[in-house]
Amino acid sequence: MSTRSFVELIADKSIVVLAGTGGVGKTTTSAVVALHAAKAGRKVALVTIDPAKRLADALGLDELSNEPSRIDLGADGNDGGELWALMLDTKSTFDELITRYSADPAQAQRILNNDFYGNISNALSGTQEYMAMEKLYELAEGGDYDLVIVDTPPSRNALAFLDSPNMLTRLLDHWLYKALMGSTRTIMKASQLLLKQLSKVVGGEVVEDVVAFFQAFEGMEDGFKERSQRVMELLASDACAFVLVASARRDTTIEAAYLARQLADNDLDVAAVVMNRLQPDFVRLNRRPRAPEYEPFLRAHDELHALADREETHIASLLSQVESDPVVVRVPLLATDVHDLDGMNQLGTKIFPN
Amino acid sequence: MDPDEYFNRTRMVIVAGKGGVGKTVLSAALARLAARTGLTALLVEVDGRNALAPLFEVGEIGYEEAVIASATDDSAKILARSITPDTALVEWLDDHGMKLVSKRLQKTGAIDVIATATPGIKDLLVLGKIKQLVVESDADIVIVDAPAAGHAMTFLRAPALLAEMARSGPINTQAHAVLAMLQDPKQCEVMLVTLPEETPVNELIDTAFQLEDDVGIQLAPVVVNGMYPIIDGLDADLSGVKSNLGAAKIDELRAAGDFRQQRSILQAGQRARLAEMLPLEQLVLPYVFDADIGLPQIDELADALAEAIANIELPGAADETAGDQ
Ligand SMILES: Nc1ncnc2c1ncn2[C@@H]1O[C@H](COP(=O)(O)OP(=O)(O)O)[C@@H](O)[C@H]1O
Ligand SMILES: Nc1ncnc2c1ncn2[C@@H]1O[C@H](COP(=O)(O)OP(=O)(O)O)[C@@H](O)[C@H]1O
Ligand SMILES: [Mg+2]
Ligand SMILES: [Mg+2]
Repeated sequence: MSTRSFVELIADKSIVVLAGTGGVGKTTTSAVVALHAAKAGRKVALVTIDPAKRLADALGLDELSNEPSRIDLGADGNDGGELWALMLDTKSTFDELITRYSADPAQAQRILNNDFYGNISNALSGTQEYMAMEKLYELAEGGDYDLVIVDTPPSRNALAFLDSPNMLTRLLDHWLYKALMGSTRTIMKASQLLLKQLSKVVGGEVVEDVVAFFQAFEGMEDGFKERSQRVMELLASDACAFVLVASARRDTTIEAAYLARQLADNDLDVAAVVMNRLQPDFVRLNRRPRAPEYEPFLRAHDELHALADREETHIASLLSQVESDPVVVRVPLLATDVHDLDGMNQLGTKIFPN
Repeated sequence: MDPDEYFNRTRMVIVAGKGGVGKTVLSAALARLAARTGLTALLVEVDGRNALAPLFEVGEIGYEEAVIASATDDSAKILARSITPDTALVEWLDDHGMKLVSKRLQKTGAIDVIATATPGIKDLLVLGKIKQLVVESDADIVIVDAPAAGHAMTFLRAPALLAEMARSGPINTQAHAVLAMLQDPKQCEVMLVTLPEETPVNELIDTAFQLEDDVGIQLAPVVVNGMYPIIDGLDADLSGVKSNLGAAKIDELRAAGDFRQQRSILQAGQRARLAEMLPLEQLVLPYVFDADIGLPQIDELADALAEAIANIELPGAADETAGDQ
């Protein structure tokens, strides 16, 4: 286990990506880390994804947006640090990206109005991940912030975000696209036949939309390919740290180990593992008091310990599968949920003990 | 009501809720309970995670129906199968005289383009396949372990969406048929499950209203999973009670009791809020402290479920069944 502290790790980085399965506390943890870094004097941008409503309220985030807005740190913000945050708006981030890479406004409009594009930008799984990475890249490249912190959607698959910048590229590399854009007569003929068969399944208009979408994209592929490559380079750079957030249950640690493995397969290291929502550790007893009044307390104490012991075995199993020598942070389950600045500060003292 | 009476109300129970709230565990417990009442249950997994198999201590559950628990003297057998969107799409194309198309679509990868071009088509076809099972399977009750909440909405909305989008043709026909099944309470109902925590409770409430408004599906009682069993006496004043422990250890004991008490209060508050916001019966399942969930724990939870079901009355159901016979 790394001897570095989590504070040192974060202080060292200019991009932090929090990954993990749903409900483990990624969004909460990313807010706490952002808050802490801002209080330490850095200018921080936080990209949150679907925060719980009360957490968003506590941060003063009331709508989806593309631009970070400044969070009032009150008396805490006296070290010159600043916290800026946004709730990711997937659709409009995508629209902006299209507009930026279009040759002219007419091309942009053709794509934005296309129904197939509408499906991609709204519903396609992977789009949210793609736009989170896109926003990360934009904020990091913009150079306005010392630290960019990015929360990720609850996906089981690390590839969902590692591969997401390639989502469009893959579609554009698609056989069908090539066939439609291809020039030789035989290819054209073959694809026409396939399209006809496709129409039978999903209806003619749908197929027309797809064709129109591909045609509208003409000339933009290279720009997108290059950009996705640069996003990957940024993620792989020393400036960027991946933080794996996990809870200590069997199913969630299995999923976390799977995520870590996928990161490793892509030559990305897990810099830190945050084990969140652990049973608080109450001192063990060497003797048991006999008065009946103690019975209920003993039961509560025993049950929590039984759970804590099982958690330890799951943590050990997870850590044995993460080969990058990560910083390990243990965060107890608080007696209440974390929905306001007080709660975040309380959690902050657990994540960054001094 | 008796558990068997409950299972006889409908052919299929779709278990839905946010990720990690206990859908898979509840699905397994429902199947065990059904089996105990002598009903053969068919468990259907749709997210390809293979999470049910370890609970029943069997190997991977595949596309074909398999027995995952044999019949015994006091329980019927349990069947299971896993239906993934890709297998459902290919099978549907094959069944609709498009074997050649389906081969080519698969080979060229154009199937992904279809799925993107027609959002919901895979979900619709999974539901279509499930519908076929509900009609054809020998099982008395079909239990579907649905995808996580956000996805459950997309999943269950797909038929309505496609019924509107595809104005004619085989997809349209399929969409209407599936929608009719979803909207028929004798065919199916959705059992929403949550943990007694703020975020999942909010999500459950949203999902419940959307399901009723957008899909028109019958909602079963909601399940509140993972309630800490109440320990009486945690509010006792320990000062002056004799003990063989030092003051520091006693403080730890009290802190453990307080923590448990506080989490319990929080849970009770969330449960009450759920009751207030959503006029549905609640079935409460206890948090299991002593071991990770395996078959014995599933059976404990099935006991709890039986007791919880015994304590509720569902309006009209009994009359309807009587009328049917
Ligand atoms: N250490 C903790 N103690 C108590 N509650 C926590 C803790 N960490 C997170 N939570 C609560 O858990 C829930 C899920 O957290 P969230 O950050 O939304 O998870 P994710 O983003 O991974 O889905 C929230 O209600 C949050 O307040
Ligand atoms: N009543 C319970 N007591 C203790 N642990 C539970 C209980 N219900 C579920 N779990 C555990 O919670 C985790 C999530 O449950 P699972 O059924 O896999 O959720 P889902 O299918 O909704 O994602 C699993 O580790 C499971 O063992
Ligand atoms: Mg989140
Ligand atoms: Mg599950």
